[in-house]
Amino acid sequence: MSLNVGILSIQGDVQENLVSTKSAIDELGLDVKVSEVKTPDEISQLDGLIIPGGESTTIGQLSLVNGSLKILKEKIESGMPVLGICAGMIMLSKTADDRVIGKTDQPLLDILDIKLERNSFGRQKESFESDISMNSIGIPKFNGVFIRAPSVSDVGSGVEILSKFNERIVAVKKGNVIGTAFHPELTEDTSLHKYFVNLIKASKN
Amino acid sequence: MLPLSGERRDAKGIVYEKMNSSNILRGSSTLKRGFAHMLKNGVVMDVTTVEQAQIAEEAGAVSVMVLDKLPSEVRKVGGVARTASIRIIEDIMDSVTIPVMAKCRIGHVHEALVLQETDVDMIDESEVLTPADEFHHIWKWDFTTPVVNGARSLAESLRRIEEGASMIRTKGEPGTGNVAEAVTHIKKLNDELRIIKGIYDSGDNQDLVRIARDFKVSYDIVEQTAKLGRLPVVNFAAGGIATPADAAYLMSLGCDGIFVGSGIFNADDAKQRAKAIVLATTFWNETDKVKEAQKMIDERQSMLGLDVKTLELRMQDRGGSI
Repeated sequence: MSLNVGILSIQGDVQENLVSTKSAIDELGLDVKVSEVKTPDEISQLDGLIIPGGESTTIGQLSLVNGSLKILKEKIESGMPVLGICAGMIMLSKTADDRVIGKTDQPLLDILDIKLERNSFGRQKESFESDISMNSIGIPKFNGVFIRAPSVSDVGSGVEILSKFNERIVAVKKGNVIGTAFHPELTEDTSLHKYFVNLIKASKN
Repeated sequence: MLPLSGERRDAKGIVYEKMNSSNILRGSSTLKRGFAHMLKNGVVMDVTTVEQAQIAEEAGAVSVMVLDKLPSEVRKVGGVARTASIRIIEDIMDSVTIPVMAKCRIGHVHEALVLQETDVDMIDESEVLTPADEFHHIWKWDFTTPVVNGARSLAESLRRIEEGASMIRTKGEPGTGNVAEAVTHIKKLNDELRIIKGIYDSGDNQDLVRIARDFKVSYDIVEQTAKLGRLPVVNFAAGGIATPADAAYLMSLGCDGIFVGSGIFNADDAKQRAKAIVLATTFWNETDKVKEAQKMIDERQSMLGLDVKTLELRMQDRGGSI
């Protein structure tokens, strides 16, 4: 059975995720189709979804405008695996405060019971690369690319912490929902994308 | 992953530090070019006040660019145009969550250093301001903050990338409300990319050497760009965009996103227009949505605009020959 994976292509680094997912599928030798998705119709046919990095306020507002926000929430709540990267993790969260501005009222999916701090490590000049690890999912060493990255300040019950950097939570998982503050699609390492594709495969079995 | 063609690993702007006990790296091409990748398919709006910046953010802009005057005003008042007031830039940085950019003059190393110190997210070395150096652009590898440059052709784009630009935008003709020049520049760039890709595919390396000499850039950057068939950095459209249809048209020509200068806050329906241009940029390939966006604006409230042929000041020529 062929699986259908989508990259939400409202705004942000869609192409890079497409390339990383394709490489992951090739390396795993699986029969998986990956494509850019935008409309509610395209989203309704997916077995798994990546919400890429970008500006969360833009992605939120525009997916609200074209009706995809509603179907995204329905699909994810009914068990579709999703990987939210940076802005994508912000989209999945319950509440997102900005480090400087404080409370924001941007549209969110309210799926993951986490509290999020936007721009947690500072502005672009403070963006950084550093090694991190996600031992519980079998990835001991990973190049974390943090760009104006958020961090998770609090997790609700049942949310597993996948990775911490300097005592701050930078990757989480609950069931089929994964969120990362860093950008695996900007590195050559496809291990997290491979893990995610396998998660989609397992969810269909 | 993203293309790192031309990257200088020994650049001064790359900083190795410790964050508590962890080794970290700042200012790498992955981080600087990567930041520009996060803006893709989005709209960056020129703003002069906190209020305009908030309108831009609410409309769904991916970033704002702070200026002292909009390009059309710069054109009207003449004199020397410089970087914006730091206090206004800081006020705007404190009132929006999206990234904040600001412009410095071409070649003005210290305006750029001041902007980096202010912690803006990206610096635009811009032809809208009066050039400070007629012979050099800034050596952008010295900066940890990413820099965007304007270009009218592949040669100009590659010269800027070799100087360390993390993003390119078309120059167009700023402050005119006339999209014609931006269209010319992106089409010329696309044609030239097709030509070098063809040469690369044919295996004629000697012809690539000739092109590198002609472009005044290294052979390596020409070869790597030819292999990719596109610029190794994100490329936005800028200069003269005034309506949702303008934005959609430039997206259809292969631009990664849109800068709007005077087009929004010079119009009488700024709030609606800001939203409409974002909508048309996101859904550029769905004509019904572009129509919906175009319907949100009133052409009678668009900025009047200028015919490029009769201009006394052609901002696009600034820094173009170097």
